[in-house]
Amino acid sequence: MSLQATMNAPCATGRVARRSVKVSAISAPPTPARAPSATGSVKRAMTMTEKILANHSDNAAVKPGDNIWTKVDKLMTHDVCGPGTFGIFQKEFGPNAKVWDNERVVIIPDHYIFTSDARANRNVDILREVAGKYNIKYFYDITDRSNFKANPDYKGVCHVALAQEGHCKPGEVLFGTDSHTCNAGAFGQFATGVGNTDAGFILGTGKLLIKVPPTMRFVMDGEMPEYLQAKDLILQIIGEISVAGATYKAMEFSGSAIEGMNMDERMTICNMVVEAGGKNGVIAPDQTTFDYVKARTQEAFEPVYSDGAANYIADYKWDVSKLEPLVAAPHSPDNRKKARECSDVKIDRVYIGSCTGGKTEDFLTAAKLFHRAKRQVKVPTYLVPATQKVWADVYTLPVPGCDGKTAAEIFEEAGCITPAAPSCAACLGGPRDTFARMNEPEVCVSTTNRNFPGRMGHKEGQIYLASPYTAAASALKGFVCDPREYM
Amino acid sequence: MLAAQKRALVAQRPGRQSCVRVCAKVSKKDGEPRVIRGKCFVTKDNIDTDQIIPAEYLTLVPSKPDEYEKLGSYALIGLPDDLYTTRYVKDGQMKTEYPIIIGGQNFGCGSSREHAPVALGAAGAKVCVAESYARIFFRNCIATGELYPCETTVRLCDELQTGSEVTVDMDKNVLTDHSTGKTYQLQEIGEAGPVIDAGGIFEYARRQGMIKTA
Repeated sequence: MSLQATMNAPCATGRVARRSVKVSAISAPPTPARAPSATGSVKRAMTMTEKILANHSDNAAVKPGDNIWTKVDKLMTHDVCGPGTFGIFQKEFGPNAKVWDNERVVIIPDHYIFTSDARANRNVDILREVAGKYNIKYFYDITDRSNFKANPDYKGVCHVALAQEGHCKPGEVLFGTDSHTCNAGAFGQFATGVGNTDAGFILGTGKLLIKVPPTMRFVMDGEMPEYLQAKDLILQIIGEISVAGATYKAMEFSGSAIEGMNMDERMTICNMVVEAGGKNGVIAPDQTTFDYVKARTQEAFEPVYSDGAANYIADYKWDVSKLEPLVAAPHSPDNRKKARECSDVKIDRVYIGSCTGGKTEDFLTAAKLFHRAKRQVKVPTYLVPATQKVWADVYTLPVPGCDGKTAAEIFEEAGCITPAAPSCAACLGGPRDTFARMNEPEVCVSTTNRNFPGRMGHKEGQIYLASPYTAAASALKGFVCDPREYM
Repeated sequence: MLAAQKRALVAQRPGRQSCVRVCAKVSKKDGEPRVIRGKCFVTKDNIDTDQIIPAEYLTLVPSKPDEYEKLGSYALIGLPDDLYTTRYVKDGQMKTEYPIIIGGQNFGCGSSREHAPVALGAAGAKVCVAESYARIFFRNCIATGELYPCETTVRLCDELQTGSEVTVDMDKNVLTDHSTGKTYQLQEIGEAGPVIDAGGIFEYARRQGMIKTA
């Protein structure tokens, strides 16, 4: 057998060989010596994040700490920050300026939509105005607030919509005027949140000055127990390193548990990178990624992978089979506790929704637990599908192993409140009349991403962040509850 | 901490107004020292953007002048009342008495909303001195030019009290507490300084000839 057949040669994009190979002997071909002056820039080993940024800048290679100008593939904005972003763009680049590329700006109203607040509604009108003025190709408009289904373009929560509409692609650079833009790192791209001014700058130039972050590696190995979800893994990590543990850093997630996850679960993990202070999160793209992306866009993409010899500033490793369902107790996402250790905490409500925990997978799994338990919730249980597509899935997809029932049917049988119109809703409080906003000081178990004081409305509200399983179990118990009690 | 806040209230001398000309953005003139004197407002660790400017006020668009002013009136209104008995902006007022904010670790964590540094700047904050910042907030302070995000290795939030008169000298990198006479070392503001002096990234870029005005 020739050596070539026994070796997994790295492919052109520098992909790391995954399978270990027994190599008995290597004979390298002789290479001529190169004079130092002729070598130019040295090709150094880089992490995925570094490579993506190098590819998008004028540098063959970059290293952490470098300040570089990066080209931008997509810029996303929504109703809270869009008006301000375009206001800055118009002020700084002038009334006759055009955006750098009208097909690379995605405008997604999602935050304060189903409200009578006049200013919130005006902000969506402003988005419509700028989308028209600048001929923005992707504007997911809503005009009929009384019936979300009557709006063919409206999608819902921006980060989930970006993925579902095929805007997330391996190897690309995405900026958004929202901290959870890091969600898209699940697709093996560089994605992070910026403010209105930076976004206004991108609108005019298609570039941004950023500092290359060093990468922390988190390896999640082993087989996921049936009661454990991606949310438990990211809460484990944030609890470990704290809310500032990854400040200015990239978080790279790998391991067999990650590889076994679908895109919804991978997004949940990358979504909360910002809760650890992280700049961006990445997961190496694989067939799961390619299948998802190719089903949603014809546009080409080039996946990028970390070099085997790349430098990581920190390495963490977990055997997920040993982990337990967690919550983040009030008032910080790093206030990690085991769900079973909070069983004496009486709760007033449960919320399942948001970009973090309102995707199809989140609702299907919550429904699965309700179905297995065969009883009714003890507290008001609010359900907010992130997008129109998720809402449709909740009403049409049979939940695996549940006698052909849909999630909506199971939720109704369990006594949950009817799933609401897709939007960010109460994840961040919002105007007073927002669906499920916490207007009294209550205790809530939520599949959302932050639990700082006042996050869901009332300053004295107590929010326990949890996985869909834990949220569903808690709804059934009326207390914070480990999902194993119903499995 | 409640006792400390009470002491600060008692220590305030009502006859001595700290005359701070409060205005939007920093816009320091060339040659002027980068020095700010005034009353300080002390906060602790992990002050997140929901506490700086609660989400319900995000319908205000910062690039509209009247809404910009309104944002300022709500600055730090999300701070829990039991921990912070002194409001950053008094009820019914539009501007703050405290041009200097003291923070602990991870100041400005949470959302990417630029409304956070904008609300602080619109209220009249000129400089924040904290142990560390969340990255998007830090970036937004500089891009907007709304306030200087100064860093210090000293845990000033445990040393200073709300209402104390202090001077933040970003040329000499020293903070002076006039109520005690003590001085504290500050980190260099570095490249961020000139950008904020100019009033933000666009104005700075224009003055440097980096972009032509359209």
